[in-house]
Amino acid sequence: MKLTLDPQYEAFRAEVSETLAKNAHLAPTSEDKGYKNAKRIAWQKLLIGSGLAARTIPKEYGGYGAEPDILKSRIIAEEFARTRIPGPMAGQGISMFVPTLLELGTEAQKQAYIRPTIEGEMIWCQGYSEPGAGSDLAAVRTSAVEDGDHYVINGSKIWTSTAKQADMMFCLVRTDPNAKKHEGITYITFPMSTPGIEVRPLVDMTGSANFNEVFFTDVRVPKSGVIFAPNKGWQVANATLTHERGMLGDPNATKARLLELIALMKTETVNGQRLIDNPVLRDRLMKLQAEVYAMQANGLRITTSRLQGQPAGLAGLVVKLQGCDLNHEIARLAIDALGELGILYEEGEHLRSDGAWQWRYMYDLGLIIGGGTAQIQKNIIAERGLDMPREPKLAKA
Amino acid sequence: MEFALSEDQRMLQDSLKGVLSEAAHLDRIRKIAAGETGEGAALDAALSEFGLSALMVPEAAGGLGLGALDACLVQEALGYDVAPSRFLATAVAAKLLGGKVDILGNIAGGEAKFALALTELFSRRDGAGVELKGGKLTGKSLLAQSVDGATHILVADTAGAVHSVEAAKASVTVMQTIDRTRTFHEVSLDGVAPLVSVTPDAGAIAFARLLVAADTLGAGQAMIDKAVAYAKERQQFGRVIGSFQAVKHMCAEMAAKLEPARALIWHAAHALDIGDAEGPMMASLAKAHLAEVGTFVARTATEVHGGMGFTDLVGLHYWYKRIGVNRQLLGSPEQAREAAAQLQGLVV
Ligand SMILES: Cc1cc2nc3c(=O)[nH]c(=O)nc-3n(C[C@H](O)[C@H](O)[C@H](O)COP(=O)(O)OP(=O)(O)OC[C@H]3O[C@@H](n4cnc5c(N)ncnc54)[C@H](O)[C@@H]3O)c2cc1C
Repeated sequence: MKLTLDPQYEAFRAEVSETLAKNAHLAPTSEDKGYKNAKRIAWQKLLIGSGLAARTIPKEYGGYGAEPDILKSRIIAEEFARTRIPGPMAGQGISMFVPTLLELGTEAQKQAYIRPTIEGEMIWCQGYSEPGAGSDLAAVRTSAVEDGDHYVINGSKIWTSTAKQADMMFCLVRTDPNAKKHEGITYITFPMSTPGIEVRPLVDMTGSANFNEVFFTDVRVPKSGVIFAPNKGWQVANATLTHERGMLGDPNATKARLLELIALMKTETVNGQRLIDNPVLRDRLMKLQAEVYAMQANGLRITTSRLQGQPAGLAGLVVKLQGCDLNHEIARLAIDALGELGILYEEGEHLRSDGAWQWRYMYDLGLIIGGGTAQIQKNIIAERGLDMPREPKLAKA
Repeated sequence: MEFALSEDQRMLQDSLKGVLSEAAHLDRIRKIAAGETGEGAALDAALSEFGLSALMVPEAAGGLGLGALDACLVQEALGYDVAPSRFLATAVAAKLLGGKVDILGNIAGGEAKFALALTELFSRRDGAGVELKGGKLTGKSLLAQSVDGATHILVADTAGAVHSVEAAKASVTVMQTIDRTRTFHEVSLDGVAPLVSVTPDAGAIAFARLLVAADTLGAGQAMIDKAVAYAKERQQFGRVIGSFQAVKHMCAEMAAKLEPARALIWHAAHALDIGDAEGPMMASLAKAHLAEVGTFVARTATEVHGGMGFTDLVGLHYWYKRIGVNRQLLGSPEQAREAAAQLQGLVV
């Protein structure tokens, strides 16, 4: 057990902290909304240039080009969490598609997509779920039929986040309807401007349209957009899902939320008493703090396993389930602590924290469902972590 | 950076588990719970031979000088087999009496056996509490641990100091709890002069609490292992119950809560070992957290066993009661959380 870092890493932490302090005034604020906001893009480029974003992505693709170093990545995440300075852009292009491309893409695909994606100039959406294929993702039916060096796509996707703003989609389509369920799927990319694609926003409970329905009518897309190989899409998708689950439940982000809640409880007063001075609320806060510390320590354990090239086992499998639930609980306590004013939303003189807690309490529920529902996570923990019997394959109706 | 057990730590825990699998098998635990003192003595002998009493005594005083994390691993193994042991009391005594080399030497050698009467540091009932007046201790302490066979008792007074007294000078009566494997006593002192007095620091108290949490970690892990094993073997409706999703999800929920709790214990113990300022706070959080997670596991693992879980036949209730007692010992979860809040300056 050794949690202290070698001097080189302490020096690195100091360097990161200095870079952040020096540039904090350039960071986007809650005013800087929207996907291609100039200030956000400039900030992202600054972070890449200083090695704080896209750190291990090779220089020739627009990254910073550092050797992978789990500890340095960790230190960077910790410093963003500690200082609460807005971190690098995330999202499905950067966090899911780029790692998949680096692993399985061709040179031409890497050249074309990685730089604009990590710089925030090219937005991606993930076209996986369909009305008939949610948890049972391998049931996708959207078809892609070969036509020379193109595929012609017909069908529809649903719950596609950011499809409205996206330039590109990475998508699962059925290319071999006769093959077994998992073997006839292809992972393909194409511009959202391709004729025949229609995006209909779906308003979610937060009041915004964070996701969409996407309809395909005779959409001709070049075969060069296939990632890895035709009919190997299931393997490619699984590579992406691993990255998604790593992103959902990051303990550093949770720790930052908790610090925000503590700050709120120390400043907000009711009947002249600070919220933190209410013993019931304080007890609930401590309950969540214990869980946050547990997830953080669990994260240290996972990092160590990765450093040693060992599988993280149960410690890794539980992160999405526990982390997303914890975020949701933190938002719930914030709302309860705010009492009556906790119900305010979107705008108004008495709104606290810009209404972020109500928004999170709703959005975080979406994240409990998205990226593999809590129930699917429990299936995975039981089957892969505890070696319990697999779900029975249901007979065809 | 390395957040993992060392080779030595894994060996320590594995070899103790090896000893316990023989020395603390369920038949013996049952007999101990039924009051067969010979069986308790046999277990004690096996644990003494393993060298538990010297583990936490500094090397300068003839011990092995192990740290809080090592102690947690030992306590976890004891909890796993619901083994009654004076290790917790010994380890806490060694910590509290840090500077007293001669006493520590006797602890390491097994000549001095300490009991803990510290309950009043956390909650004092009407009629309880020991007062120091004119150099003599008078009063009662409830739910003292490891009094059987003790040569000395560490008693907390109402001002928060801790004193060592000769066990022979105290009158003790058994307090029956749900857990018959371990004994708890009411200790009465009537004008007894302390041999040694110390003022416990936050670290020593937190260490005691952390050991209780580690005990629950072990007991909880054992319950999960038993539930999963049972679910893979018991059949209903023509299939093993572990193939029913409701049962799988109960098991998954237990594991999902307990696994990060293990990391929390390691982290808190390590923080105490290196003197990190957050150590006592993390240990208090860990005490409260393991109480909550342990209670959930105790209930859920019992449910996975159906009626069998409720019976005396499989003996699952020994673990259930171990966790239940640990939850209340040395401060309820609410008290441990309040201590954590105080330790980080959140209480004015
Ligand atoms: C905020 C948000 C953003 C999303 N973004 C995207 C996106 O960008 N791209 C994309 O492709 N998809 C996206 N999704 C879709 C998401 O992946 C699916 O919603 C999710 O996989 C669940 O599928 P479903 O909605 O069809 O629910 P269903 O699969 O119908 O599940 C309904 C209920 O049944 C349970 N259930 C289903 N199967 C099982 C089983 N085997 N065992 C136990 N319980 C089961 C589920 O746990 C759930 O409680 C998003 C979802 C949300 C909420």
